[in-house]
Amino acid sequence: MRWFAALLAAMLLAAPATAQNSIAPTPAAPDYAEVSLADPVKEKQALALMDNIRCVVCQGQPVSGSNADLAGDMRRIIRERIGAGETPEQVRAWLVSKYGAWVSFKPPLEPRTAPLWLVPLLALAIGLWLLMRRLKWDRLKGAKS
Amino acid sequence: MKRGLILWLPLALILMLFAVFWVGLHRQENHDIASQMVGKPLPLFTAPAALPGQPGAATADFRDGKPRLLNVFASWCVPCVAEVPVLMRLKAMGVEVVGIAVHDTAPALDQFLARNGNPYARIGSDDQSRIQLALGSSGVPETFVIDGQGRIVKQHIGVVGEGDVPELLAALGQKP
Amino acid sequence: MIAEAGLAALWFAAALALAQLVLGAMATSDARAALRASIAPVAVVQALFVAISFFCLIAVFARSDMSVLLVAANSHSAKPMIYKISGTWGNHEGSMLMWVAILGVAGATIALFERKLRADTKVATLAAQGAIALGFYAFLLIASNPFARITGVIEGQGLNPLLQDPGLAFHPPTLYAGYVGMSAAFSFAVGALVTRNVGPEFARAMRPWILGAWIFLTIGITAGSYWAYYTLGWGGWWFWDPVENASLMPWLAATALIHSVTVLATRDGLRAWTIMLAVLAFSMSMVGTFLVRSGVLTSVHSFAVDPQRGLFILELLAVYIGGALTLFALRVGTVSEGTRFDPFSREAALVANNLLLTVILIVVLAGTLYPLALEGFTGAKISVGAPYFNSVAGPLALVLMLIMAMGPMLRWRSDRPGLLLRRVAPAVVVGAIALALLIALAGPIGILPLFGLTVAALVAVASVAPLWKRNLTRTPLFTYGMVIAHLGCAVSIAGMASEGAFTKENLVAVKVGETQPIGPFAVTFAGLRELPGPNYAALEGVLLVAKGTGKPFIMAPQLRQFRDPPMLTNHAAIRTFWNGQLYLTIGEKEIDGRWLLRMWWKPFVTLIWLGGAMIALGGALALLGRVRRDLFAGRRVGAPA
Repeated sequence: MRWFAALLAAMLLAAPATAQNSIAPTPAAPDYAEVSLADPVKEKQALALMDNIRCVVCQGQPVSGSNADLAGDMRRIIRERIGAGETPEQVRAWLVSKYGAWVSFKPPLEPRTAPLWLVPLLALAIGLWLLMRRLKWDRLKGAKS
Repeated sequence: MKRGLILWLPLALILMLFAVFWVGLHRQENHDIASQMVGKPLPLFTAPAALPGQPGAATADFRDGKPRLLNVFASWCVPCVAEVPVLMRLKAMGVEVVGIAVHDTAPALDQFLARNGNPYARIGSDDQSRIQLALGSSGVPETFVIDGQGRIVKQHIGVVGEGDVPELLAALGQKP
Repeated sequence: MIAEAGLAALWFAAALALAQLVLGAMATSDARAALRASIAPVAVVQALFVAISFFCLIAVFARSDMSVLLVAANSHSAKPMIYKISGTWGNHEGSMLMWVAILGVAGATIALFERKLRADTKVATLAAQGAIALGFYAFLLIASNPFARITGVIEGQGLNPLLQDPGLAFHPPTLYAGYVGMSAAFSFAVGALVTRNVGPEFARAMRPWILGAWIFLTIGITAGSYWAYYTLGWGGWWFWDPVENASLMPWLAATALIHSVTVLATRDGLRAWTIMLAVLAFSMSMVGTFLVRSGVLTSVHSFAVDPQRGLFILELLAVYIGGALTLFALRVGTVSEGTRFDPFSREAALVANNLLLTVILIVVLAGTLYPLALEGFTGAKISVGAPYFNSVAGPLALVLMLIMAMGPMLRWRSDRPGLLLRRVAPAVVVGAIALALLIALAGPIGILPLFGLTVAALVAVASVAPLWKRNLTRTPLFTYGMVIAHLGCAVSIAGMASEGAFTKENLVAVKVGETQPIGPFAVTFAGLRELPGPNYAALEGVLLVAKGTGKPFIMAPQLRQFRDPPMLTNHAAIRTFWNGQLYLTIGEKEIDGRWLLRMWWKPFVTLIWLGGAMIALGGALALLGRVRRDLFAGRRVGAPA
């Protein structure tokens, strides 16, 4: 595997060099709309965030799974910002400041979203209460006393 | 009696659900995503000229006291053709329209403007939707009203029709 | 003429459904034996007519009869035959016709094969089935006529290329068989309420029908997940999308139901609750149909939608679900509660299972509909997706798994905590070892995957425990079914957690000749070639893949440019290994001579669907075991009335 890693390193180093040599004004950096960040930790953070950001054109899909141009542009911005050292939550907040809470699949914790958590809790409480009524505890109580 | 009441609970819940469905069916069909930037200063950007013959656009251009329209469009966008005549009319009324061309090329843009007319005072090129994202714009065409201090006053999503003109003029502080 | 025949058959079927309802309503008293005898044949003939109608629609699609509006709008003569046929249900009207066809067939099957149910309850059940069918026939005939004609069309508009896949031939029919098969549970519940007949006998009669529907539902969801995984080209297998949630909700209710019905059959407990779940399971199916067909929610999965139709379905829901729940509230009070349970008993574990399944169902329902409610009442737009569902339903599901591990080890009636502890000890030890190993070796993989894998290991051991020290040849088939289904849950959870924790992704831009790594593989971009397809042109990337120093093999993802309708689709190349799948796609764009390559290595991802298949297989074995036992019992003591 070592020769392979060496080859890979050589290729990564070579890529910007060739780009600089050519006269065309093509950017040397990879296009982060479609290409992973070099740092695997940051790439993982970026991917996790992309799964959570809604594509504004195609609406139903996350930007990580959409072929729309604008989704690619959103992926690029996300990778660039995370690559530049922002945390995923900072990038999420930036996108929310542009498009509102709608753009994030993670609902904000606010009074207006409270029912999302209260309804299951309430259901669990009612269920437990009904369950308790259906159990007979006599035998256990009897065993203890 | 307690048990009796709880038996009606499922029905009550399902009726609540149906109320939500009913409201959902009757709401205005609205897939627009409003920009949160309305009321805030125009984000900083410098867009290179999309065409050789016309200047590009930058945030600084919007701070000279004159309200303007910022129109996000593209030559590949079919509905965009429909609003060009309206934008031309606004131009004739003295409104300055600044274009932001998204994912566009100079030849395609040239052809688009030659065929439909050119209402734009300047056209900035936005290759990677950076300006579009900074504006909180989610598609083309969209039109923003920017006041003389460089603040976003209004967002219009979709094609600008004849009927939208008075509202846009009002936002621009201009009399029809 | 085929289209007119189909429409006529649909009208006949609707008339017979009405007859079935009226006959059933008149024949509830024992005195009217002749009326009672006539209802089963009516149900069978109704099914026959709706089946004829459905086959007529398939025929016009197969013949590409462009004088039928639906064919012209959704098909194309140049499509391969299999997609012409499966395209029949790749649209709104066709899929609704399939829906009622399955409903009709379910009713006929009950009429023909249900022997254990008390006669008056069976009549009421069939009447309820007729009532449901009648409403949906009305919906088709009034608001969604699949046989409407059009003139002057020479060629059709074609089918969405994403649907031109064997998945369409398989996924909707199985899913619908499950969705609509649940109508049996609903009708049984209504029949039982009307005739005040809720008890173990009733539960034993209902059980095979809900097991059957649940098996189809399980297969349909599993197949749909795999279909989305390979066809959308991004490697995702579940999106918590409204349409997916719509299929998950009836499954959750039905899973709770097949467990509670066991309590009712064995211990005569949970009477009201079982009836409630039977109503709920099919109600969720109808709500799902409404969500998918009305377009109230935006979804990844594209469907043609129309709010007017949505209103029609909503009215049907209000009548059926509202009616059934009113009947429930009025009648179930007269049904005695049944026996109470000891806290340490199998029935208590099953009740806990029901509670958790129901809460998970409520989480899915709330998460799916709350954005709609909030926007409807306040105008605010929010999105609820994977982060919410995973963080709320995930832990509940893991607790459910633990209860599932313990349940089969508990005795009915009452058990001793100490004995239970001894029985679960091996599984707990295995789980603890798995947890320790994962923390030591796997690195940071996230809380949910970590506990997912731990629980999977624990449940895998616990689920085979019921076979421990048993005579395997004398163990009843339904016990094997339970073991395999529970093991399937462990397998599926392991796949989900592994996919979440260990997936490797590498997105690169490559020139011909370049090599890039993905997981344990090295992928070399050898070039591109053009290939003609039946109704598309494909651009195929030729990728040489090697693992270490092993022999390289070729994988060839494609871009397919379809002509009718014009659309570019991305066809992934997937290779399955014993320990995972390599998933490669090629991007749409070429930039400076570089092609975009998206590569995923997904360790043990196949376990997700293998587990789903095992759950369905377990259900099938349980069904077979029950039916066989009934048949033998019937032969020994003479067929019960």
